[in-house]
Amino acid sequence: MADTTGDAIPGTVTVDDDGIRRRDFINVAAIAAAGVGGVSVLLPLISQMAPSADVLAESSTEVDTAAIEPGQAIKAVFRKQPLFVRRLTPQEIQIANAVDVGSLRDPQTLEERTKEGHADLLITMGVCTHLGCVPLGAAEGEPRGEFGGYFCPCHGSHYDTAARIRKGPAPKNLEVPEYEFTSDTVVKVG
Amino acid sequence: MIRLFGILIGLFFAVMALWAFGTGLGTVISDGQLKEATAEHEFHLHPRDAELASDGAFGKWDLAQLQRGFQVYKEVCSACHSLKFVAFRDLAALGYSEAEVKAIAAGFQVPGVDPNTGEATTRPGLPTDYFPSPYPNAVAAAAANNNAIPPDLSLMTKARHDGSNYVYSLLTGYRNVDTFSIDGKKVKEEFPEFATPPNTHFNPYFANLNIAMAPPLTADGQVTYAEGQPAPTVDQMARDVAAFLTWTAEPKKVKRTQVGWPVLGFLLFATILAWMAKNQVWAAIKPKKAKVVQG
Amino acid sequence: MSFPWAQQYQPVNPFMRWMDEKLPLPRLVYNAIGGGYPVPRNLNYMWNFGVLAGFCLVLQIVTGIVLAMHYASNATVAFASTEHIMRDVNWGWMLRYAHANGASAFFAVIYLHIFRGFFYSSYKAPREMVWLLGVTIFLLMMATGFMGYVLPWGQMSFWGAKVITGLFGAIPVVGEPIQIWLLGGYAPDNAALNRFFSLHYLLPFVIAGAVILHIWALHLTGSSNPTGVEVKGESDTIPFHPYYTAKDGFGLGVFLLIYCAVLFFGPNMFGHPDNYIEANPLSTPAHIVPEWYFWPFYAILRAFTVDLHIPFTSIVIIEAKLLGVLAMFSAILLWFFLPWLDKGPVRSGHYRPLFRKFFWFGLIPAMLVLFWCGGAPAEEPYVMLSQIATAYYFLHFLVVLPIVSMIERPEPLPYSITEAVLGEDKDAVLGENAEPVGV
Repeated sequence: MADTTGDAIPGTVTVDDDGIRRRDFINVAAIAAAGVGGVSVLLPLISQMAPSADVLAESSTEVDTAAIEPGQAIKAVFRKQPLFVRRLTPQEIQIANAVDVGSLRDPQTLEERTKEGHADLLITMGVCTHLGCVPLGAAEGEPRGEFGGYFCPCHGSHYDTAARIRKGPAPKNLEVPEYEFTSDTVVKVG
Repeated sequence: MIRLFGILIGLFFAVMALWAFGTGLGTVISDGQLKEATAEHEFHLHPRDAELASDGAFGKWDLAQLQRGFQVYKEVCSACHSLKFVAFRDLAALGYSEAEVKAIAAGFQVPGVDPNTGEATTRPGLPTDYFPSPYPNAVAAAAANNNAIPPDLSLMTKARHDGSNYVYSLLTGYRNVDTFSIDGKKVKEEFPEFATPPNTHFNPYFANLNIAMAPPLTADGQVTYAEGQPAPTVDQMARDVAAFLTWTAEPKKVKRTQVGWPVLGFLLFATILAWMAKNQVWAAIKPKKAKVVQG
Repeated sequence: MSFPWAQQYQPVNPFMRWMDEKLPLPRLVYNAIGGGYPVPRNLNYMWNFGVLAGFCLVLQIVTGIVLAMHYASNATVAFASTEHIMRDVNWGWMLRYAHANGASAFFAVIYLHIFRGFFYSSYKAPREMVWLLGVTIFLLMMATGFMGYVLPWGQMSFWGAKVITGLFGAIPVVGEPIQIWLLGGYAPDNAALNRFFSLHYLLPFVIAGAVILHIWALHLTGSSNPTGVEVKGESDTIPFHPYYTAKDGFGLGVFLLIYCAVLFFGPNMFGHPDNYIEANPLSTPAHIVPEWYFWPFYAILRAFTVDLHIPFTSIVIIEAKLLGVLAMFSAILLWFFLPWLDKGPVRSGHYRPLFRKFFWFGLIPAMLVLFWCGGAPAEEPYVMLSQIATAYYFLHFLVVLPIVSMIERPEPLPYSITEAVLGEDKDAVLGENAEPVGV
């Protein structure tokens, strides 16, 4: 077995010298440059998994709400996920406003969840905030839960007429996406 | 033993290859020429330079030119040619605003579904839609064009040798077959058999010289350019649409070279460092120069 | 293995000591490409290509896995999904160009690696197994490269698949059923595309396995060197790290400069325009050419234009088509037999005057001609040139090499690697007590 503690190679300089020498500096610089190069290669390898341009382009949806009667809801698609657009009846609005906001798990008023001048138009994601199932209640004849809004059958979350969580495991109200009215009846979501 | 087999097999293949060579040589000698001269070979022209701003390692998009080229595509080419890999949203890269892109998209009818009956119909395009094909399917395209299906143009400038210049040259390259000559040699005199079949058009930039496409750009001013733009001569329109199709074929072309330079610069720096580091490491055991060989 | 004087792995801290006890992976790496692998001290830059080939394999696997996240192996959408990568996926254009040109880079490096082996007779005992595994890797690479080229489903993809599987159709009797079985149909379509994608994803890992065996076999004997003289003593070697890691690092930098220049400024240089036209089973491109790295063998395939028949009769023994296919496969497979065809005792071409002449003035020009003609259209003068070059190719490996190795008088070899490097020096401590080891 060869002696491995010292300079096993004839003629090599021992590297135990104190102080920074030029050769060390160059070696460190070369290794650092290789490191920088290696890390910057990671950038495209990671960002390629982010949404591509065609997916991003579909990240806004226009919905025409003109044909929705009070008490009706339609399902649209926003970012490949269901979007519930519901026109509330005066009674549903009244029920929603009657609730003591402080008692809610995720305190929000109906007003905060709709746009000014369109208090009867409730636009939410159709994605349960528990584990992402699609709640029932948007289509005719589907159960709407104990609070008359939406009901998620997966794990029994009940949402009220303002789509706020009232009972069951879901932590949050159904999400209200960002949207704006581009005309009196047309909504641009996203 | 292996060597003996090897030599036999080697001789066998060598003899067969040389036998084939001899046969070929015999044909060449009896024909008196290497290969038959053809009009396609003798009178085919290499593309002329379209001098696009995006050419070369320092190329940049000329957005005004790309917009003009898009206008030519829209008003002339799109009557027959699809552009199926390009979406209207992509046009934002040509300098159009969101509203302009929307308006352009809405100007095209794309296949859709009647929301009430479910029947196939058309609707105005959205920015997320792709350029629609002028024909519902390949059969319709063939039927409308004497069996020559107009190819999709999205990748045209990458699908031909020297594609950008090729598109430019082809569009401006229609010639009269009876008078066409190179270096004083007329194609009709050199190759009396050469003919331009019906429904084809003589164009020396096309591989077999006879292209099914009728000259698409026929007159100056065929497309009306906006004020302040160059005069829409046939040459200018051909250049512009070549520039546009260069962009459609590779929208990332300019970005590619722009990323390339810093990458090469960094690599050069890192390689020089690596070379110095290698010399440092090896200095310890490199033999003294004087000692080499003479020793 | 290794030489007795190889440095031993010394774990530097308690964690590494614990690791060394439980799973001596760091030790394995140290002995494979670290300070624990003694390497002849006189390797020149031709010895860089092994490490570069390893780098290319990693490059291809990494970019390939990433591309597979976006590619769809279905004949109706494969071409569009490739364009989706080029246009919409973040950095997709760069990743695809990196992968496509990575294949070219891989083959360029491998060809240099192989021809290094030819010149220095790296295939000779005791390194036959290293060589056999290397040729196996090359064959696997060719299969992988071919199937990868089919995936974008352009015109060259489609017609390449048709032509290459058509080679099997040349086999008498069973050829056509085999061709149909390979494609899963009568022409390339979904079935073929899907299996090619599956195998294209699998084979690189098979290659990686073969590479490990290749390196393992190499470490049993140690690396060869430009003199061809085996290591005789400690002074003949230096540890792989830091000496050859530093040298390979510089080589990698030069390689990356060339590779990135192509990637960013001429990414379609090695491609064919026709592959930007979607596959069309009803229209064949004017000139079907494979990727450049297949050109020499494609030229050999096309060189056989005459049936083997009894002269002055029309009795055919072997058809030209089958002859071409046999020749093409033989042209690569004969490499497997090189260690036994070339029995000369001296390895390095530096000390083999006759061999050297045949190498530089025979084999290299013949290969260049085959490269050139393989990419050219099948017309004169290319066919005739490739016939001459093909004849020489077979003569070189199967006739010239065995005979030269028997009759050649090699030039005097240096006593040792150290002597070759430092010159003969009676005072030198090196080599004085050296004993020949192993071999």
